[in-house]
Amino acid sequence: MSADPLHVLANAGKGQSTRTVLRVIILCLIAAAAIASRLFSVIRFESIIHEFDPWFNFRATKYLVANGFYNFWNWFDDRTWHPLGRVTGGTLYPGLMVTSGAIYHALRTLTIPVDIRNICVLLAPAFSGLTAFAAYLLTNEMTTSSSAGLLAAVFMGITPGYISRSVAGSYDNEAIAIFLLVFTFYLWIKALKQGSMLWGALCALFYGYMVASWGGYAFITCLLPLHAFVLICMGRYSTRLYVSYTTWYALGTLASMQIPFVGFLPVKTSEHMPALGIFGFLQLLGFLDYVRSAIPGRQFQTFLWLFTGGVFSVALAALVVVTSAGIIAPWGGRFYSLWDTSYAKIHIPIIASVSEHQPTAWPAFFFDLNFLIWLFPAGVYLCFQQLADEHVFLVVYSLFGSYFAGVMVRLMLTLTPVVCVTAAVAASSLLDTYLSDKSPNPEEYHPEDSNDATSKKAPKAGLKSTNKPVVGIYGFVSKGVIVSAMTIYLLLFVLHCTWVTSNAYSSPSVVLASKMPDGSQHIIDDYREAYQWLRQNTKEDAKIMSWWDYGYQIGGMADRPTLVDNNTWNNTHIATVGKAMSSSEEVSYPIMRQHEVDYVLVVFGGLLGYSGDDINKFLWMVRIAEGIWPDEVKERDFFTPRGEYRVDGEATETMKNSLMYKMSYYNYNTLFPPGQAQDRVRGSRLPEVGPTLNVLDEAFTSENWIIRIYKVKDLDNLGRDHASAAAFERGQKKKRPAKRRGTRYLRTE
Amino acid sequence: MAKSRNVTPAPAAAAAAAAAATTAQPAAPAAPVAATPAKKTTAASKQNWDQLFNNLVSYYQDSTPQRTKLIDAFLAFLAVVGVLQFVYCVLAGNYPFNAFLSGFSATVGQFVLTASLRIQTTEANKADFPSVSPERAFADFVVCSLILHFFCVNFIN
Repeated sequence: MSADPLHVLANAGKGQSTRTVLRVIILCLIAAAAIASRLFSVIRFESIIHEFDPWFNFRATKYLVANGFYNFWNWFDDRTWHPLGRVTGGTLYPGLMVTSGAIYHALRTLTIPVDIRNICVLLAPAFSGLTAFAAYLLTNEMTTSSSAGLLAAVFMGITPGYISRSVAGSYDNEAIAIFLLVFTFYLWIKALKQGSMLWGALCALFYGYMVASWGGYAFITCLLPLHAFVLICMGRYSTRLYVSYTTWYALGTLASMQIPFVGFLPVKTSEHMPALGIFGFLQLLGFLDYVRSAIPGRQFQTFLWLFTGGVFSVALAALVVVTSAGIIAPWGGRFYSLWDTSYAKIHIPIIASVSEHQPTAWPAFFFDLNFLIWLFPAGVYLCFQQLADEHVFLVVYSLFGSYFAGVMVRLMLTLTPVVCVTAAVAASSLLDTYLSDKSPNPEEYHPEDSNDATSKKAPKAGLKSTNKPVVGIYGFVSKGVIVSAMTIYLLLFVLHCTWVTSNAYSSPSVVLASKMPDGSQHIIDDYREAYQWLRQNTKEDAKIMSWWDYGYQIGGMADRPTLVDNNTWNNTHIATVGKAMSSSEEVSYPIMRQHEVDYVLVVFGGLLGYSGDDINKFLWMVRIAEGIWPDEVKERDFFTPRGEYRVDGEATETMKNSLMYKMSYYNYNTLFPPGQAQDRVRGSRLPEVGPTLNVLDEAFTSENWIIRIYKVKDLDNLGRDHASAAAFERGQKKKRPAKRRGTRYLRTE
Repeated sequence: MAKSRNVTPAPAAAAAAAAAATTAQPAAPAAPVAATPAKKTTAASKQNWDQLFNNLVSYYQDSTPQRTKLIDAFLAFLAVVGVLQFVYCVLAGNYPFNAFLSGFSATVGQFVLTASLRIQTTEANKADFPSVSPERAFADFVVCSLILHFFCVNFIN
């Protein structure tokens, strides 16, 4: 640590205006750093939309830009969930698409011709800069330290927990939702502090925007009432709380009901009831507060008993009536899985099958937050020291957020802002203490201390200690040690964040990267190759059947109708696809005919060792299908008698006959010398004779065999079933000897 | 119940008696309660209640400025409208649920905003709102009402 630059900075930053300028510059630099660290994926790969859900958002945005807002609002999509279709306009959160559409049109009017794809790719990094700014504002409400806000902005800008969902190309709802989350909280604190209707209304507006953008809005819906409730329980009811909360609730609820997907949910589902309950409770408290100021204490007690008793009994009766009449819907499945982590596994396999709904592993906290995770408790402790209304909010948020982040990997995202804010409070109080130049008045304190300590001993010792100019934590050494340790931690944090971002979170997963033996990068582009093939070689309305993971990508990249996609709104339809995949050809073919399937797409990683393939996901298909047809699909049949999940020669008959197995390994053994076929994902040797396919034709296999596409055969011209037709095709020789032998056998008998 | 025979009941006992009386009222009259004590409790609590009410009214009439009374009239009107809407919904059904919901939330929202305005403009609460002058409060009120009614009109279908 060099003290000179600090002195220079301190002297330069003496004036109020210079400080403001410096602060603006620092915030701009932070925003730039936040954006820059999210661009790894664009530099490594290209400007491309990532993963699964973003492809749908991208497709919807293109639709919005092409057809205008009203068509988008009323969009019925007949190219997904064939033959059902999807009321897309009413079942999505439109905030993201509308935001990028607005940016697109704004840039157009400024005569800056930007491709809509680039806006979509770069939206998340741009909003991360805003998130850093929002974190700065929120932290400034919490503490008087001027450096805490800037530290929070830095932390928020580069912490991997947030970067994981906001790298360039990750065009998902979370991209803008985290900004809205932090900013709504900031507005809430502001409204609560000032007791202002206007800030409350702004908070409600941003809450509405948040509702329009992400299903995670329920987090705010539950957190703000909880904060209000805790404040009331602490005896901190104030008219400011009444004004800010009721304004927020009245306007925010109406705003949230404007979104078709949310609609009447705020008055009908249990998730939203706490907010309503606190709203009603505050009305009562407001009334009681007024009456208390009006009449003397004793009478007020009478009044209080009567009033609360009456209201309580009426409310209880109303609740019983409403619940028994079934007007308020019970909690949704995802919310049950928040309380009981094994709930989804037992009852709703489709929720459990999504990897981001799994509970968080412990190392993930350190991986995503690095040293912030141990500053976090310190920051919460500092909140307890002051404990004004806004600090209560931070404490409540920390508890709530930690719990949910532990339950579901995805909700690490909602924990990250509070960790950044509290860690910044802790770090800045540490740095402020040890960096301050003053070495605060040793003359005042130390003589007293030494007198107390040394009065029993020799007076000489007291003299010695007073002679020391600076003692304890005010010494240069201790300051230097603490500050340099902190600096090292901060630098390590930056290194860690950059490393995590570049290595873990910047893969588009549509394009895979691998290292050649000489260390150079090799791009595996099978997905786009296959989707491009579909786009160019199939009819415009050819229906593609695949597992739901790939539905959005097929819709976005290949522009072909799909049976199921990542929306997963219809479990039965997904189970139908699962059944078709896990049954034998004779069972699957009628299903595929009924759903007018033209092509079937499977992902197979056996050649390349790509572990996220369909055979590994196969058990989920089986489970989901079993949930609907427990008699026809049985998970047990896919395991060997010893309970192993095998794909080699010892696989069960059900496994070998399933459509998925056949499609994955069809013709696979022709790549290898006889008997040497090897599956590199599951590390098993395959039987010498590969499976035969009767009802499907191989249409396309990508370069590394990751994607295989099969065409569903039409009905046979001569009315034979496909097995015999295929046998006929394979050559008559095989059939005739069989017949002859059969007749000969009969004669001898 | 025995204590309530006193001519001037202690406040706590009166409270308990009054609570008992009010809870007993909706209940069936066939409850085995002695006639005279019940009469006396109701009389006592009624007197108490009247006194309380009188206090409240006199306090209100003495210490409320004319402008605030205007706001209160509006609040009362909104409360009546809200109750009417709710009764209608219960009796005649909520068929256009959009319409009912936006109408009802318009009333409730307006009530809440007006109550906030009243709180912010009351002299006694001035310490709570250092940054909100009465003019600012009224401007906020107008802006928030505009937002509220914009959403309501949009939602009413």
